[in-house]
Amino acid sequence: MIQPSFPGGTHPPGHKTATADARSEICPLPAELVIPLAQHVGAPALPCVTAGQWVARGQLVGRANGFVSVPVHASTSGLVTAVEPRPHPCGADLPAVVLQPDGADTWADEYQKQSFHVLSVEAMLERIREAGVVGMGGAAFPTHVKLDPPQGKVIDTVIVNAVECEPWLTADRRVLLEQTEKVLTGLEILQEISGADHAYIGLEDNQPDVARLLAPHCQKRGIGLAVLPTKYPQGAERQLIYAVTGRRVPARGLPMDVGVLVQNVGTIAALTDAVTRGRPLIERMVTISGPAVVRPQNLRVRIGTPVAHLLEHCGVTEEPAMVILGGPMMGSAQHTPAVPVVRGTSGVLAFRRQDLPTTTAGPCVRCGRCVNACPMNLQPTFIADFARRDELELAERFAARNCIECGSCSFICPANIPLVQSIRYAKGAILARRRRI
Amino acid sequence: MEPRTPLLIVSPSPHLHAGLTTRGMMGAVLLALLPAAATSIYLFGLPALRVLLICVVGSVAMEALWQKVADQPITVRDGSAALTGLLVAFNLPASSPWWLSLLGAALAIVVGKQVFGGLGHNPFNPALVARIVLLISFPSAMTHWTAPQPGRFLADAISAATPLSESQSAVMLTGHLPQHIIGFSSRYLLGNMPGCLGEVSALALLLGALFLLWWGVISWHIPISYLGTVTLLSGAFWLIDPSRYPHPAFHLVSGGLMLGACYMATDLVTSPLTSRGMLLFGCGCGLFTVLIRLFGSYPEGVAFSILLMNAVTPLIDRYVVPRPFGMDRSRELA
Repeated sequence: MIQPSFPGGTHPPGHKTATADARSEICPLPAELVIPLAQHVGAPALPCVTAGQWVARGQLVGRANGFVSVPVHASTSGLVTAVEPRPHPCGADLPAVVLQPDGADTWADEYQKQSFHVLSVEAMLERIREAGVVGMGGAAFPTHVKLDPPQGKVIDTVIVNAVECEPWLTADRRVLLEQTEKVLTGLEILQEISGADHAYIGLEDNQPDVARLLAPHCQKRGIGLAVLPTKYPQGAERQLIYAVTGRRVPARGLPMDVGVLVQNVGTIAALTDAVTRGRPLIERMVTISGPAVVRPQNLRVRIGTPVAHLLEHCGVTEEPAMVILGGPMMGSAQHTPAVPVVRGTSGVLAFRRQDLPTTTAGPCVRCGRCVNACPMNLQPTFIADFARRDELELAERFAARNCIECGSCSFICPANIPLVQSIRYAKGAILARRRRI
Repeated sequence: MEPRTPLLIVSPSPHLHAGLTTRGMMGAVLLALLPAAATSIYLFGLPALRVLLICVVGSVAMEALWQKVADQPITVRDGSAALTGLLVAFNLPASSPWWLSLLGAALAIVVGKQVFGGLGHNPFNPALVARIVLLISFPSAMTHWTAPQPGRFLADAISAATPLSESQSAVMLTGHLPQHIIGFSSRYLLGNMPGCLGEVSALALLLGALFLLWWGVISWHIPISYLGTVTLLSGAFWLIDPSRYPHPAFHLVSGGLMLGACYMATDLVTSPLTSRGMLLFGCGCGLFTVLIRLFGSYPEGVAFSILLMNAVTPLIDRYVVPRPFGMDRSRELA
């Protein structure tokens, strides 16, 4: 069978060797943790602690506010010094619980480790929600919502997204190598909850060692190992589903519409901890790398650790000119290193000024590279042009809303035109207009 | 108070770039055309070098002058003017007087490109616009061919006819092709024949085109569909009457076909965006080229065909659109 490949795509340089093969280390606790109440898609959590209060590691500090919302927990034991707006990775100052670690790192009550087999589906879902598990690939969508499809939607296939297609990032790779058993257990839990008969692990062919490690496990457990061509954005949900199953998620639909559930490697590991040990999501694997970092590495970082602390721990060659949370293709550049690592932070990348592209945009020469690179088969040059002229109706007719904002078009554009940036604007403007009507 | 210097640069993603720029692409095409330029100098001597220099320098100077007068940023560093100049030179005979070369360069830059708004906005291939205007305005100067004298740089020019015009007039006068064109000669492949600077060596042009394909500057769609259509169509006529219609191989290596298919029709600005659009475009070019060569009043039809298809390009781009992933074609798209 020929593996179907999504249309378009690009080949950014990998830059993964610096961090790919070293074991992850535990990041020491910072002097202050800043734990935002909004770390997920949906309503922010409601704070349930006040300044001056002592909290234990794993203790609830923010209650979920509605179905599409998750609770937030203290990442270590210590004193709550404030509940106030602090710099947040989204760019604004948002309410956060500020915590001064006491160094004891005392756990709140913890469940005994137990097999998930004794738990009902409802109990498992409850634990996943209570633990605050969200998509850790970057989107931070609440996992319990994804696992609880509306009546009539049948999930028959679960896919583990181990495709880390962003340059520099190796966090998922390290989770897979160091916590293999946890991920495999998590996959069983996912199958148990969703009732899916088929399970796949999708990863790129630039990681043959991971594939070799997984192959016997997969064979034993009847899991399909999908080794996919290394191509950006292979890890995008729709592209991954197509590459693994050949199914096309409808443009206005969700993966569940084609019976598929995709979860990121880190999410699955966190979900296993939540179900089998009742542990909340208070720590995650983060790749700290980039040309300005002296000792690039993967760290197991408590949620709320300021980026400045990580950069200090790993060392920077000089004052970095740009700090990105996530990968360079879709991650966001931060205005201050005071922002904390949140649940969706897969990487912290630091760049020097000379590493950043400096060229200015020129006129479109109609080379068609963006059209060929678009994994959603759109025509970015036209949509971006409509966006710049505020021709929203035309932009919508050219399916602007289908754009997944992977950035392939801007990456490849010889004229350096900010294509995805303009399309992003068009998407927002189209939605805003819709809301007004 | 000292203004606070910003600590970090903030910009929207993506924060990486593939590295190939417009200037890089133009540079690659210029590089790819070097073997053909060298061949033309080898075959036609100093006159060829003179035409090349006047056209390239003239184009760059013209663009800079226009942008200076129009108070626009001067963008000659992007290499597109130099490339246009080189292509204009390739569309002129070696015997062109200096004013013809200079006029060609000016026409290409001003009428072909700048009046439409400069790079990226011209509907027609600028070099071909220049060629056609000159061909119609100065037919005798534009068809004054000289025989190639390989390696003899300072030799006196000897008038000659191009294989295409030779075959056309022979068919018109006698009703059949001259003997030496019925049998295919390998000298055409190397370019040892009269013609424009860039019409002569199919082999040198192909070499450059392969480089561009390998480097990813052009895609195979237009050259293959163009050359393929010419081969099939001229092959069909050749099968009908080989004494009247030349062999397809003759078509492929004579005249401006190789230059047109690999460098002029593939011009990014004036060709369609999508692969399917490009195939359609190439087939159209091939069809018109064969029709004009065999039945038109001009011996050569490459320039006209490409300009014709340039005019159709917006239409192709409007109707040949990729189907968005996960969508039915019928929905939403115009």
